[in-house]
Amino acid sequence: MSNHLGDKSYDQHAERTSTTTMRAAADDAVSITDDHKLLPELVAHLREHRAELSGEWARRIDASHLLHAMTQQEISSETTSVYDNYVEVLETGSVEELQRYARDLSERIIPRGVETHEVVGIVLLLRDVLARSLFSKYQDDFALLNQVLDAYEPAANRIANTVAVSFVEERERVIRQQQDALLELSTPVLQVRERLLILPIIGVLDTQRATQLTDQLLRGIRTNRAKVVVIDITGVPEIDTTVANHLVEAVDASRLMGASVIITGLSSEIARTLVTIGVDLTKMNTIGDLQSGIEEAERQLGFRTTRADEG
Amino acid sequence: MAAAAMFVSILQQGDFLIASIHAALDDTEFVRFQEDLLEQVGARRAKGIVIDIAALDVLDSFGSKSLRDLAHMARLRGAALVLVGIQPDVAFAIVKLGMHIDIHTALDLEEGLCFLEEVTPGDRTGGSALGRL
Repeated sequence: MSNHLGDKSYDQHAERTSTTTMRAAADDAVSITDDHKLLPELVAHLREHRAELSGEWARRIDASHLLHAMTQQEISSETTSVYDNYVEVLETGSVEELQRYARDLSERIIPRGVETHEVVGIVLLLRDVLARSLFSKYQDDFALLNQVLDAYEPAANRIANTVAVSFVEERERVIRQQQDALLELSTPVLQVRERLLILPIIGVLDTQRATQLTDQLLRGIRTNRAKVVVIDITGVPEIDTTVANHLVEAVDASRLMGASVIITGLSSEIARTLVTIGVDLTKMNTIGDLQSGIEEAERQLGFRTTRADEG
Repeated sequence: MAAAAMFVSILQQGDFLIASIHAALDDTEFVRFQEDLLEQVGARRAKGIVIDIAALDVLDSFGSKSLRDLAHMARLRGAALVLVGIQPDVAFAIVKLGMHIDIHTALDLEEGLCFLEEVTPGDRTGGSALGRL
């Protein structure tokens, strides 16, 4: 009995192999049209089993402990919409549409604290769930399954790729935005008296920030017609040759614009460093603290400050 | 004179000359400008010169060297020179390129004239004016 069955299955197999060979021979000529026919069929299959597959996907996400920052309800509504988009992209192959969707999705979930590995993880899970469903549908016809996978895999890879890249790009965009905001805030140029500006610097000075600082300082000198500028570096924790040279440049450029610069708030540590590394500060007018700096600047500008009860 | 005259105007204001550069000058035009200005210093017995470069968006190394040389030449002819109207980008570029302009500078024409008023009265030689930097 078993022999007989075995024979029969062998026969069937042989028969199928021969069909496969024939088909493979024909494949070269018609593979493109085949792919075109296969994809709609595949999409129709995925649409038909939408509820079942997206449910399975949500279960897998839950089992893998991904997206724990989101509630069950959010996950299920998000998965359904991602599923629809996924199938649609498979159908149209339009990457622009997908990029827009992925960016939109990232924008929504990044503030919820969703990590990159989670996003990549869920997309790969969906890819896996759908691939398994295709396996079970076409398991009887290995050659056809191969073709289906040929059509499915590149599209699915492209989707995974695009979603991951969009997510990372969105994060980078947020980071850049915050950096810009920080830079914008980090160098205020303030007018304290007519023709007197102060420029308090807080935090580490790197080349980019120093360049921006000089730029804002020079523009501030022009718009406020400043004659004296007090740069306070009390909030600068450390200084090296590069930063010291940036300061010297800022002072030189200000002088070219007709303003003299007073630097205040050099800590004993910074003073020691500057002397040790041999930066030439003879051209710079340095004064101990911000108060003395402003008093000196007022003196240069011809202001005299008196208390009301003394005047 | 003809070529440089189109881009530079030299006006007299009391004891001072005001030279405004309206457009970027090439090397020959700069040399021409130097000659013209130095001649005018003698002819009009000027005690001070203001050079206004507010219209310049860029200043190359030759230009900045010419201006610096001009300041020294003017001093030898007895006139103090102040450079005014340096744009922020130009100032930054000059400093970045290490082209040190060791001459007097001021924000604009008004400031430049104030500076010359301050420097010239009791002390008519540009040499000691530089000493007061």
